[in-house]
Amino acid sequence: MSDLQQFIFGRLTWQDFIHEPIMAGAGIGMIVALIALIGLVTYLKKWKWLWKNWLTTLDPKKIGVMYLIVSVIMLLRGGADALLVRAQQVVNNSNGVELLNSDHFQQIFTAHGSIMIFFVAMGLIFALFNMIVPQQIGARDVAYPFLNSVSFWLFAAGMILINAPMIVGEFSTAGWLAYPPLSGLEYSPGVGVDYWIWSLQIAGIGSLLSGVNFFMTIIKMRAPGMKMMMMPIFTWSVFVTVLLIMTVFPILTVSLGLLSLDRLMDMHFFTTDAGGNPMLYINLIWAWGHPEVYILVLPAFGVFSEVVSTFSSKKIFGYTSMVFALIAIAFFSFVVWLHHFFTMGAGANVNTFFGITTMIIAIPTGVKVFNWIFTMYRGRVRFTTPMLWFMGFVVTFTIGGLTGVMLSVPPADFQFHNSLFLVAHFHNMIIGGVVFGVFSAITYWFPKFTGFKLHEGLGKAAFWCWLIGFILAFGPLYILGFMGAVRRLDHYDPSLGWEGLFIVAAVGVVTIGLGVAFQLLQVTVSIINRKKYKVGPDPWGARTLEWATATPPAEYVFATTPQVKSRDEFWAMKQEGRSFSKKYEDVWLPKNSSVGLLIGLLATGFGLAVVWHMWWAVLLTFVAIVVILVIRLTNDDTEMKLSAEEIARHEAALQRRAA
Amino acid sequence: MTTRAKEIAETQERKSLGLWVYLMTDCMLFGALFATFATLNTHVGVFGGPSGADLFNLKFVLVETMLLLTSSFTIGLAYLCATRGFKAQSMFWLISTFLLGASFLALELWEFNQLAAEGHGWWSSAFLSAYFVLVGTHGAHIAVGLIWMAVVIFRLLQRNFKQTDVQRLSLLSLFWHFLDIIWIFIFSFVYLIGGMS
Amino acid sequence: MKKPQLENRHSPAPFLAYIIGFVLSIVTTLAAYFITVKRLWTADALIYIILSLAVVQLIVQIVFFLHIGRGSRWKAISFYFMLFVVLIIVIGTIWIMHNLNYNMMDMSPAEMKEYMHANEGI
Repeated sequence: MSDLQQFIFGRLTWQDFIHEPIMAGAGIGMIVALIALIGLVTYLKKWKWLWKNWLTTLDPKKIGVMYLIVSVIMLLRGGADALLVRAQQVVNNSNGVELLNSDHFQQIFTAHGSIMIFFVAMGLIFALFNMIVPQQIGARDVAYPFLNSVSFWLFAAGMILINAPMIVGEFSTAGWLAYPPLSGLEYSPGVGVDYWIWSLQIAGIGSLLSGVNFFMTIIKMRAPGMKMMMMPIFTWSVFVTVLLIMTVFPILTVSLGLLSLDRLMDMHFFTTDAGGNPMLYINLIWAWGHPEVYILVLPAFGVFSEVVSTFSSKKIFGYTSMVFALIAIAFFSFVVWLHHFFTMGAGANVNTFFGITTMIIAIPTGVKVFNWIFTMYRGRVRFTTPMLWFMGFVVTFTIGGLTGVMLSVPPADFQFHNSLFLVAHFHNMIIGGVVFGVFSAITYWFPKFTGFKLHEGLGKAAFWCWLIGFILAFGPLYILGFMGAVRRLDHYDPSLGWEGLFIVAAVGVVTIGLGVAFQLLQVTVSIINRKKYKVGPDPWGARTLEWATATPPAEYVFATTPQVKSRDEFWAMKQEGRSFSKKYEDVWLPKNSSVGLLIGLLATGFGLAVVWHMWWAVLLTFVAIVVILVIRLTNDDTEMKLSAEEIARHEAALQRRAA
Repeated sequence: MTTRAKEIAETQERKSLGLWVYLMTDCMLFGALFATFATLNTHVGVFGGPSGADLFNLKFVLVETMLLLTSSFTIGLAYLCATRGFKAQSMFWLISTFLLGASFLALELWEFNQLAAEGHGWWSSAFLSAYFVLVGTHGAHIAVGLIWMAVVIFRLLQRNFKQTDVQRLSLLSLFWHFLDIIWIFIFSFVYLIGGMS
Repeated sequence: MKKPQLENRHSPAPFLAYIIGFVLSIVTTLAAYFITVKRLWTADALIYIILSLAVVQLIVQIVFFLHIGRGSRWKAISFYFMLFVVLIIVIGTIWIMHNLNYNMMDMSPAEMKEYMHANEGI
């Protein structure tokens, strides 16, 4: 390559666009889908609508929907990866045929983990934060609407970067946490680990900023009268979650940053020579990684508190202990991280300390589970789909938690570490906890945002497929783990006689796939039949303020600021026959801004440029981001007025529609 | 106060507290970098090369520290003057802050350049990687602060100390004080303690 | 627009706070510098003293430059919480990294076992 070519294109060559069939197919499929989408929008002449209503919006309800869409798309990608992994292990076991070569297999499980954690789970919880929290606390928006938009577009930039390897280059083969020395320059000289690093680094910044945003929203923007101990439990769970996010995401930034410096600038943090210490990476990344899993699950706990309370027609049992349990779990999540590397040589003293702290975390979690059950006791329980997801959660999460206590015993962990037992445990917690929680949330809050319910029958079918599928997919893995099966292998010797269990696991994954199909069908059918499933603003007889708004909520959400008098304020309003004041005042809402989108695009460019060593582009995109931010942040004219008269008119129209 | 005026005051308070909270997360970032430095500032991390005791010029670092400390003082004066309407004095102290900060950064870059030229770069050993990144990250924050300061100076002059720009100065001064506080710990842990033989 | 401090426009109190803070910071900095350079104590003692002086200057700057006492109590809460977690992470990392010796390669297994016996008291 000529010098000029090398300068412009860095280490990018034509060969990097060529992939083996499955990956090429996926990449081409993605491009075709994108072109089809662009074509559709053009055909329907909806570009202006898309730009004004979605791409430049600062409305958290819409930003939440965008998070949801991105996360669902990534769920399909991550799920496809899972199907391929299971398929490979079955096919290879039975007749030694190689569906995926080793390198491809490693990229797939790495992508599966990274995508599911960073772009599905994180995306889904941010969707919930955006759509629910401001309304639950009687606010119209988050503390920093512009920052909220930037956070979303950084998330989207990360999503593009993690999918780009399907088109150009390759992905990391080092697992979802990329331990060095494997992830270092010597053993992974290609672009894969760089894609992984920068995708997560960029999305991570978005997450950190969102953490600050929602923390400030909850402490400063609650409706007058709503003291902290009067907030809905979901908001409390979000509060504790963002506290965790703010505290630990900087550690992720440092870990990824140091690894990238090793790779880009020949530094020696985690190299095996020149004094580096790979264990330092493992220590730092898990100091982030453990709180991360609590970041994922605590909002799910919050969702269940709302769902159980609503569908038992009772206030949550033990509000104070629920709050303290959340705080205790968050506190303990900071002092357990070594349990992820008990076997890596820290000795008995250190292992014992962290083993004990890990066991202690089960206690406040148990308090919460009992409180949910006590909420149901003597309540008028309705087993709607959201409640079913809760029941599924109780069963699966409890079993997963028990296996967690097994793992927390250091000597026992020497048997389970990095086996399929471990894999089953964490899928148990994440699927049973986070995924079931999010599905419960979606089926619960869907009518609030759309004005119609989701088809119950299909929802129940989806639930049972997920529950049974989950048991079939991961039950065998517990057994295999006990028998010594190691994780991340693309084939297990047939002489071990484990084929049967892998086939059961594969059937399980397909069943889960069927569950996903039911969910997609459910949404489609519900949209088509939306007139039939139409409901008012309070279809479930709920207790918290977000149900007091119009359905779907107006842009300004609350026509007048609620004056809160008790916990479960909406329930109290219904009981006491109170309603919101009609003394309308002028409301100031943020103007739309394209800066978030621009920053996302520039960040994507920055990421691609760093990965491919196109230094001119790195500098250009970085400077452009700084310039755009300076312009935006020195702009004093960022809000627009919604006059009291306009609000009055809109409210009157809503009344007429409801009548 | 009208509802709108109250909202504007609340927004300013929210920006100030929000920046503070963000700075707490930045402390976590530096904390992780300090932990990294502590781990790699060992016999193994030095990898046979020079250690802090061999490389650090404490007199030089003392000068840097005084420059930064003074700049933290002058920015406080600049903000106080601005809120009291003493515009000329405020601009004087603000420009002094910028010059002191820029001198600090220049000295630090010179220090880095010296080390690298002598062959003691971030590529030589884990200890040196940790040193350059910890101190360099602080330096990068200073650079961001200087850019921010230049913008604030420009806007204050251009718009004659409009209230919103004075408020931006208060946020900048919060950021600048935070950077000096982080430097206290770099000075103490990296140079004084890390430079002990 | 009404400037909030128009009444005490000429009040010296905040200026005084900055001057006191500045002087105290210089004193602690110079103290730490000179006791280190002149080696007035042993290395171990010096570490604790330098650390203490750093904490003193931190408090001085927080009180005199950043006015943590007044204003929103959330500033204080978030500060103490951050401090708490930073200490856990930094001390935890140092403790863990110092102890990761089980898989050290430069000792024979027998030597390693003896080392662990001696250090862990088992």
